[in-house]
Amino acid sequence: MTMNDQSAYQKLMSRKNEIMKHSVGIDYSLYESGSIAFDYEKMMADTMYSHQEIKNIQQASGVGSTQLKELKNITALARKFASPGYGARIFIKDEALNDSGSFKARRASVSCYHAKKQGYKGVITATSGNYGAAVASQAAKLGLKCIIVQECFDSKGIGQPEIIEKARACEAYGAEVVQLSVGPELFYVFLKLLEETNYFNASLYTPFGIRGIETLGSELVEDTLRLTGKTPDMVVVTNAGGGNLTGTARGIKMKTSESVTIVGASVNLKGLHMASDIDFNRKSFTTGHTGFGIPFITNPDRSDVPRSAARPLRYIDRYVTVTQGQVFFITEMLAQLEGIERGPAGNTSLAAAFSLAKELREEQIIVVQETEYTSAGKHHQAQLAFARDNGIEIAFGDPKSEVPGKSIIFPRSASELFFEELSLTEIRESYIKNAVNGRNHVLASDIDFLAVETKTNRQYVKEVLNKMNIKEVEHDPHKPTPR
Amino acid sequence: MAMIKKGSWVQIQKNILASEDRPDTLPKETKAVPLKLWVKGFLLEDCELNSLATIKTRSGRIENGLLVKENPAYLHTYGDFIPELLEIDRIVRQELWGDDYE
Repeated sequence: MTMNDQSAYQKLMSRKNEIMKHSVGIDYSLYESGSIAFDYEKMMADTMYSHQEIKNIQQASGVGSTQLKELKNITALARKFASPGYGARIFIKDEALNDSGSFKARRASVSCYHAKKQGYKGVITATSGNYGAAVASQAAKLGLKCIIVQECFDSKGIGQPEIIEKARACEAYGAEVVQLSVGPELFYVFLKLLEETNYFNASLYTPFGIRGIETLGSELVEDTLRLTGKTPDMVVVTNAGGGNLTGTARGIKMKTSESVTIVGASVNLKGLHMASDIDFNRKSFTTGHTGFGIPFITNPDRSDVPRSAARPLRYIDRYVTVTQGQVFFITEMLAQLEGIERGPAGNTSLAAAFSLAKELREEQIIVVQETEYTSAGKHHQAQLAFARDNGIEIAFGDPKSEVPGKSIIFPRSASELFFEELSLTEIRESYIKNAVNGRNHVLASDIDFLAVETKTNRQYVKEVLNKMNIKEVEHDPHKPTPR
Repeated sequence: MAMIKKGSWVQIQKNILASEDRPDTLPKETKAVPLKLWVKGFLLEDCELNSLATIKTRSGRIENGLLVKENPAYLHTYGDFIPELLEIDRIVRQELWGDDYE
């Protein structure tokens, strides 16, 4: 890059907010308090679409009303290893049945509908996941042009089989796929494309996308009531950027006031660096893992829009991790015992649910809220073969001994499936530290905001702030006193 | 080298950022290599493989870069067979249904 290129890079990055405002059509400054707090609920309400309108949009575009299936054989197997009277009924929402093969179609349908209505000629999104195919599929229905920006290859041009398949799917729906090697500067390329095309930024993190997932939450409550006469006791959600959990939990709350435990589940990729050119192809999951889950839950506004509509810490009750080997094991189990062949990443929550079910009584209900499609590249067989090619050890043993990037360990028995519980206390403290971002004082309204953001209360937030030596003040000393 | 005809469907590759222009905060193995981009489109002029080409992408954008492939194919597969999956099948079937699956 020449000096000119370098200054072009810096100039473009400095226009970030302006580009975002135009490409999402949301003036995020309307919701800011000027301090830490911002008006999340107003931002969500301003999407202009009611829950019923979103359902109608989705019904007209091949999205939603997926079947909720009881996994009777997997439930029976979990009960063999549970205490007498324990082992909840496990249900799965077969989201692979959406057009484009995943729950991401719910997000994409609202974003694309809105883009079309607002007169944008096309949509762009940055994703290496199922969301790309979802946006491409919805854009195809509406005659919108579509560009998907993917982090796909390492610097030698070797791609994750799963991401290569997703690129194929995007192209099958007529999208242009811009593929990049590993690195966070993908955001620069993304901004440049937004400015060049004036397309709509169908970000995963806008209110449109998250409100599109609310139907998944409301449907699963309705489905469970219809099939069992009860509301679910626990819903397990695969967690990466937090949108799936946020939207699902919001939708559940719309349908029932009963207490439903919301559990986030991620694949444990501890020790692998997400921006590493080497680690990139040493992992067997490209989403649903802690490499996204932890940074996004502790700092949701690190996304590609100024304020993320995905705020999982507002809704999560427990956060657990499972190993890669366990997710592959349960993916095989789903095919062998239930006759349902699905992609592995979407089964992260199922792997956790198998163990969580043992904590609940037999009459209780646990809902796994997604599946995703499978195919060449996006099949556990392909991913394991790729791992073995990359020198990852694949063996049977104690699943707790798996080391991400070095080994994939299959349990020797379904009785060895387990989950690791993460400390929400530590995650909340980390979130508050990020939100405060070096300030030495906060306002009373910030404390209220942080309490809602962390699903705690003022007293808890004040204790955390005290530990960090941060004072509550009546007004911001750096701003003129309001008259 | 064979000339690829105008109008052909091709893939190009270009460098977006050179190693020295990438942020110092990156892991060293990432900082050590350029940020690369690949994109497909229709070739606007006849061009030889591995030389500079101009294409029109499916969204109608014009892009330049090294022509790396003509008619790039989808060659991803289910990979080499993983026999351990058969053992998982045996385990879960036997644990649920009994000895028939030993």
